[in-house]
Amino acid sequence: MLPLCSRVLLSHPFSPMSLMALREQLNMLVNSMYIEGLLDQQFQQLQMLQDASSPGFVAEVINLFCEDAERILTELTKLVDQAVVDFQKVDAYVHQLKGSSSSVGAQNVKLACIQFRQFCEENNKDGCLNALNVVKHHYYLLRNKFDTMLQLEQRIQAYDSKQQN
Amino acid sequence: MTVEERKGHLMREEGGQNDQFPVGMRVLAVDDDPTCLRVLEALLLRCRYHGAKAESFDLLKEGFNVDHFVPVTTTNQATVALKLLRENRDKFDLVISDVHMPDMDGFKLLELVGLEMDLPVIMLSVNGETKTVMKGIAHGACDYLLKPVRVEELKNIWQHVVRRRKFSHKDYSNFDNGEESERHQIVSSEGGQDLNISGSTNQNGKLSRKRKDQNEEDEDDCEENVQENEDLTTQKKPRVVWSIDLHRKFVAAVNQLGIDKAVPKRILELMNVERLTRENKYRLYLKRLSTVASQQANMVATFGGSDPSYLHMSSLDGFGSLHVLAASGHLPALTSLQSSKVLDRAITGGLGNHGFTSSRIVQVGHNNTSTPCNDLNRFQHINLPGNQHGSLLQGIPTSLELEQLQPRRIQEANSHFPGGFSDNKLATATPGSSFVNGTNSSFISQTLRQQAHPRRFINHSSIRATPISTHPFHVGSECSSHFPDLGRCKDTRKCAVPLTAYATNTSSMGSFTTDDECPKFKDNLTISQRDTNIPTISSTSFMAAPPRDPSIGRDRQCQANSSIGRTMLLPTTMDREMKFVNFSSAGNSKERLEPKDIYIDENDITISSFSSSTMSNNFMIDPFSGNQMMNNSHYNKRMDKSIISLTTASSSILQENFKIDDSTVDDPQKDTYDLEITKLQGGIVIGGCNLDDLVNSSMIKPERDEISLMDSDTGCDFYPLGACM
Repeated sequence: MLPLCSRVLLSHPFSPMSLMALREQLNMLVNSMYIEGLLDQQFQQLQMLQDASSPGFVAEVINLFCEDAERILTELTKLVDQAVVDFQKVDAYVHQLKGSSSSVGAQNVKLACIQFRQFCEENNKDGCLNALNVVKHHYYLLRNKFDTMLQLEQRIQAYDSKQQN
Repeated sequence: MTVEERKGHLMREEGGQNDQFPVGMRVLAVDDDPTCLRVLEALLLRCRYHGAKAESFDLLKEGFNVDHFVPVTTTNQATVALKLLRENRDKFDLVISDVHMPDMDGFKLLELVGLEMDLPVIMLSVNGETKTVMKGIAHGACDYLLKPVRVEELKNIWQHVVRRRKFSHKDYSNFDNGEESERHQIVSSEGGQDLNISGSTNQNGKLSRKRKDQNEEDEDDCEENVQENEDLTTQKKPRVVWSIDLHRKFVAAVNQLGIDKAVPKRILELMNVERLTRENKYRLYLKRLSTVASQQANMVATFGGSDPSYLHMSSLDGFGSLHVLAASGHLPALTSLQSSKVLDRAITGGLGNHGFTSSRIVQVGHNNTSTPCNDLNRFQHINLPGNQHGSLLQGIPTSLELEQLQPRRIQEANSHFPGGFSDNKLATATPGSSFVNGTNSSFISQTLRQQAHPRRFINHSSIRATPISTHPFHVGSECSSHFPDLGRCKDTRKCAVPLTAYATNTSSMGSFTTDDECPKFKDNLTISQRDTNIPTISSTSFMAAPPRDPSIGRDRQCQANSSIGRTMLLPTTMDREMKFVNFSSAGNSKERLEPKDIYIDENDITISSFSSSTMSNNFMIDPFSGNQMMNNSHYNKRMDKSIISLTTASSSILQENFKIDDSTVDDPQKDTYDLEITKLQGGIVIGGCNLDDLVNSSMIKPERDEISLMDSDTGCDFYPLGACM
């Protein structure tokens, strides 16, 4: 659940919160994500790549990642649910997810994928089922925070442009 | 757009010599994962690369134009990428591709791109297992990056393009076998099967073999080499890239043939590498020699540049040498190995630049000869002037000469060598070639020596263009003077020895230095003329056996066999004059091997003596057995480095080689090496500049451990070891 303050914030998009406060909130959020292991250094690289010439870069990447990840998770759910699991296919998908999560800096998700692959190699269906759940858990957790992050960013940018205008 | 285009165009045309080269480099990125692709694109843009941007092929078709600050071209389908490349061949400088893709295997794409378009390809994957990486390298990837990719890594990838360009622009005309296909073949060889290389000169194979052996010793080096083994098929002639595969093949071939019979030809055959001609190797070798105080180059050169791949190897050589060096370092016992490595390196270097690699390879074959024999052998082989390499070179110089010299040498060598090489090893190879081998061996042994024996040796007479075949290059003999007929011998020694702490008084080597011996061989780069102290004959001066004609001889010999290893490979048919690459690295080497010299005809370099090359490992003819402070390992490293350096950048080659030595060499020794190396630079005027480059590269760069092949800015750092020059 989003913290109360965030909810309040989000529900009042035009609250008089200052730009600085917004920024501070965003920083705190991101920092907490780092601390909790949701994000790693790679995300910093992404942040670094965002600049004046590509202001929406981070948002773009995050969106791409989320779309891709959800697609993969859906596929995985289907595959693992079958009576006889095609572990190779499963492994291929997990590999993909591992790649994209590492590109975006989604550390927990990536680690969960690594474990998932272990079970795949062992052809362990139960293990895969569990691992899939773990991956999903981490992913959705991350996704929520990303949502908040993006909203904050949007507000900040709106604020900025408003101020500039 | 014009500006951009022009820029891009410029870059392309001018081979990226432009200072701003990295900027505007056109990259095509392929990855099925949209997230990664986007991130990669942003990173590449950040590095200021640009290219046409299109998310899909269609888009590309419409809006494709390499101009403006268009973001990097990206596509998520390999098939699309291929199409793009085929239709716009000259619009891209580099391809980055993921390994796992749904429509086509990344490796396959890699092969196809490398084969058809001769573009550098970088693999990308989240999977970093060694075997996968190896596979990538085997398929010809210039580099293998792990996801997530960082911007720092991407900032360096332009090197691959430059390197490739450099090679293509190099005057490799001499190297016949530059067929691109060869390279591809080599590259494509699956899993680096050693014998996959089609028909290329065996030499290359041999060299590679040698190297492989050595490489085997040094796994880590392999990686480096692999990296270095970029596809240098940019040349018109498909150059043979001395990839690790080749190397492996080479080594395997050598092993198969047995040291005694490890004639370059045979090796080539075995290697079945395409285009691997001895010439290539020789050439590379020569180059190497000149650059690298003949240490490794000699070795490689001896291989007779046969392998075009060597040429390529030049870049690879860097590796090779490294390996060799590294290997040598590690295998003290295997002195021969070491040398082979060096040879390999030399050879490979020789091919391209690394004359060394070949030499190394040669050495490898002989690893087994350990101990005194080896030393002797090495010495003999290495007769590189003063330099360890020198000995190799010496051996190489025209086998014919060798023979003649041999008697002399042997005597000398005997005197010098503890083991009394005399015949040894170097000579073992066919007389004609034996010389080469000798040189190689000496070279190799030098290198090996280095490792095993810190001795300094080499400079001894070994450089003297060891009278070809068996005579261990005058081991001990003060060299220069000895080269009686050789004239050519100019002291190839000079070069070779850089690695080993030739400290042995360069005098021995120095003796050559003064070209007095071979007046005609000015080219002989007598490395270090400096008779003394500069053991650094760094440029394994191959004693260019001017057999045929002085000028020619020189060319051949001049192989700055830094890759002394090469010498080993000299084909038995030393019809070519033994090119002794006299790397008179010693500063004095005014002689500077003439560029031609550096290109030792690979043919000449008979590797036959290869078997004896085992000795070569020891390059280190350690005249100063005691002195060889430089741990062989060091040397090996150096050599490798040098070799590698040769390969990487013609110029840098020398440096590298030398570099390696320096680092390891103890102070006193260092000087020697440095000298050598530096000498090489001066003296080895290979191909005009190659030698210098080689020398430079071979010059002892203090970086020993890293054998930063190619990438290391080997830039001629001559090691100003005081002594030299």
